[in-house]
Amino acid sequence: MHRITINGISTEADQNTTILAAATQMGIHIPTLCHLEGLSPTGACRVCVVEIEGAGHLAAACSTPVRDGMVIRTHSKRVREARTTVVELLLSEHEGDCQTCQRSSDCELRELARELRVLENRYTGEKPMTMIDASTPALYRDSGKCIKCRRCVEVCTGMQHVGALFPQYRGFDTTIGPAFSSSLDLAVCVQCGQCAAVCPVGAIIEQSHIEQVLSALEDPNKQVIVQTAPAIRAALGECFDLPPGTLVTGRMVSALRRLGFDAVFDTNFTADLTIMEEGTELLMRLRDKLLLKLPQVPLPMFTSCSPGWIQFAEYYYPELLANISTCKSPQQMFGAVAKTYYAQKLQIDPKDLVVVSIMPCTAKKYEAAREEMHSSGYRDVDYVLTTRELGDLIHLSGIDFIDLPDDTMDDPLGISTGAADIFANSGGVMEAALRTVYFITTGRSLPARDLHIEPLAGMEGVKTATVLLQDTVDAWKFLEGVQASVAVAHGLGNAAQLMDRITADPDEFLFVEIMSCPGGCIGGGGQPRFTTDAIRTARMAAIFAADEGKTLRESHTNPAVMQLYDEFLGSPLSSKSHHLLHTQYRKKQQS
Amino acid sequence: MAEIQTDCRTSTHAEPCREIDPGSVIPVVDEIITQYRSTRGALIPVLQSVQNLLGYLPKEILTHISRELSIPYSEVAGVVTFYSFFSTTPRGKHIIRVCLGTACYVRGGKEVLQALTRELKIKVGQTTDDHQFSLEIGRCFGACGLAPVVMIDEDVHQRVKPNAIGLLLAAYRDDDDQDRGGSDEKA
Repeated sequence: MHRITINGISTEADQNTTILAAATQMGIHIPTLCHLEGLSPTGACRVCVVEIEGAGHLAAACSTPVRDGMVIRTHSKRVREARTTVVELLLSEHEGDCQTCQRSSDCELRELARELRVLENRYTGEKPMTMIDASTPALYRDSGKCIKCRRCVEVCTGMQHVGALFPQYRGFDTTIGPAFSSSLDLAVCVQCGQCAAVCPVGAIIEQSHIEQVLSALEDPNKQVIVQTAPAIRAALGECFDLPPGTLVTGRMVSALRRLGFDAVFDTNFTADLTIMEEGTELLMRLRDKLLLKLPQVPLPMFTSCSPGWIQFAEYYYPELLANISTCKSPQQMFGAVAKTYYAQKLQIDPKDLVVVSIMPCTAKKYEAAREEMHSSGYRDVDYVLTTRELGDLIHLSGIDFIDLPDDTMDDPLGISTGAADIFANSGGVMEAALRTVYFITTGRSLPARDLHIEPLAGMEGVKTATVLLQDTVDAWKFLEGVQASVAVAHGLGNAAQLMDRITADPDEFLFVEIMSCPGGCIGGGGQPRFTTDAIRTARMAAIFAADEGKTLRESHTNPAVMQLYDEFLGSPLSSKSHHLLHTQYRKKQQS
Repeated sequence: MAEIQTDCRTSTHAEPCREIDPGSVIPVVDEIITQYRSTRGALIPVLQSVQNLLGYLPKEILTHISRELSIPYSEVAGVVTFYSFFSTTPRGKHIIRVCLGTACYVRGGKEVLQALTRELKIKVGQTTDDHQFSLEIGRCFGACGLAPVVMIDEDVHQRVKPNAIGLLLAAYRDDDDQDRGGSDEKA
């Protein structure tokens, strides 16, 4: 323990504590800009400088550990003046078209300038060159707005192990971006959008589909339907200043109806469908290995819902591509089912059907544009809006979200079970799959309290569990006594760690869930800013509440999914299912 | 180290530097990587050795180094573009580095640079058509007392006067063994 004094108040702090953390514990707010919870401090922005008695120069509070006897001043005149200068210099290199900037309402630089009372800028020199990069389907970069805080570099490299972004060139000419300041489409980028989620200014945002969606809604010749991912309902409220973790499913449906969508459906429906396909696929692989003793059955099987993870594997783990479930993600299954089964039901030409997705994710924009995703004969999903974009669209359309009445999703593609809700959380796809796989093989529900597999919940980076298959039914007798060992990773850095473990011991696990973003989809790159672990935890709790609030909580009990099989698909893994609901992956060349 | 047939060396080689076929030098690059692979901070020594060998750092070689060292290509490029020492294009037989650090700048480094661009008819970062000279900017060679300083290859030239540039270059252009007038100090 170190005894320190901050602003005249004496306290004790652990020796590994930074000045910033110690001050926060004491209720003293030191402004920060580049600082990111859970990642190594870069000290790049110098906004958090403080005065330490006896030290010649100011120190960055985020990266300076406390020492015994330290006397610190966090808001002295010298500190305030230094911070003001730092912010003025940042502003002097920032292309600040604030009134028309997408981040005008939540720009951290603007808020910081206000907090520090920077009321004029003494430095009005040359601005760096502006380069616009709209080369990818998901992300839009504007180098003129970039303030080189390097948060995006930290998440891309430190958290996601992708490393698409790094400072290029030097001094005034520095840009943050891919090698030699090339466009993002030429770099290894999985488009997870975590960079856009942490950017304090408008330098990295999603490619917007708002205008296209508005045009479709206004076109009298189009039927426009919408699907909403499970993670939206636990986060959309934050766009309207509701506390994180407020479940807004009913109000969201109302808002979508008022926006003019012809039908409001649920990606949850195809999440249940995914479980039927993916669960069956897993059981077939287990049969091939354990009963038929076929050589080289690709196990463990990996989930395939997260398009960032799919690209990550295509770049870095091509040797494991056969292990990834061939199931398309629920978003893409929805598009394929909507433009075939639903179009037939409605007796409309699928060319006049527009499928819009609301996703917590930027990579879903990329996924919808993949060439494999045209199995209906058309582009299966036309437009993808992030949670943030839906918030903007609701604001734009003059809808008072807070006071909307609750409404419910439409039949048949709006019916879902609680197992589909938890797709939003890290560990949720695994739990949903195990609920159904356990039922198929034993004829009983998963013997877990509240159907939850506790070790798979929460923010731990890599989580594991085993489920004992007991008293199996006749068709699955070969699984009797099998300890189904499963693993879950979220965040691609954690995924990489798990992949190394699996490469070293391929037999440790049977089934593995990977989600690209920390916390899973609830922490996606398209969710309302700014996401912290506390917010992730609140959203996760809301998702579990949604699950527990449902009467049907296992995918195989979804009556609408069963009806889809009866009327259209036949059975899981049928040839029609294969054509519409499954896909393949291909190795991609790194850089 | 294996012998390599290339005419691209930074300073002392007889032939001017031309573009090389990256595929042909991979084995030698791999030998360099092997030497440093286990060391922390291997990237910069690998880049230096490869540039010393090839005269410049072709992008195909940089992506190869990135993969072999498991360092993102963006980071490799970030290091290469940060240090003015590194070049991704073939450079001339002689590398001229004009110091524009504070002391040299104040004592006329910029005028020296202007004289050089006039004389050589190239801009900073370019190479003359005859592949004799490349012109670069340096950020302090640690010889501030001798400002303004110009380095040509390994020779440090002190208190350079803009109107004496022609004479200075002539010694290199002819490439004979006459005294080039550089001091013995190395940067």
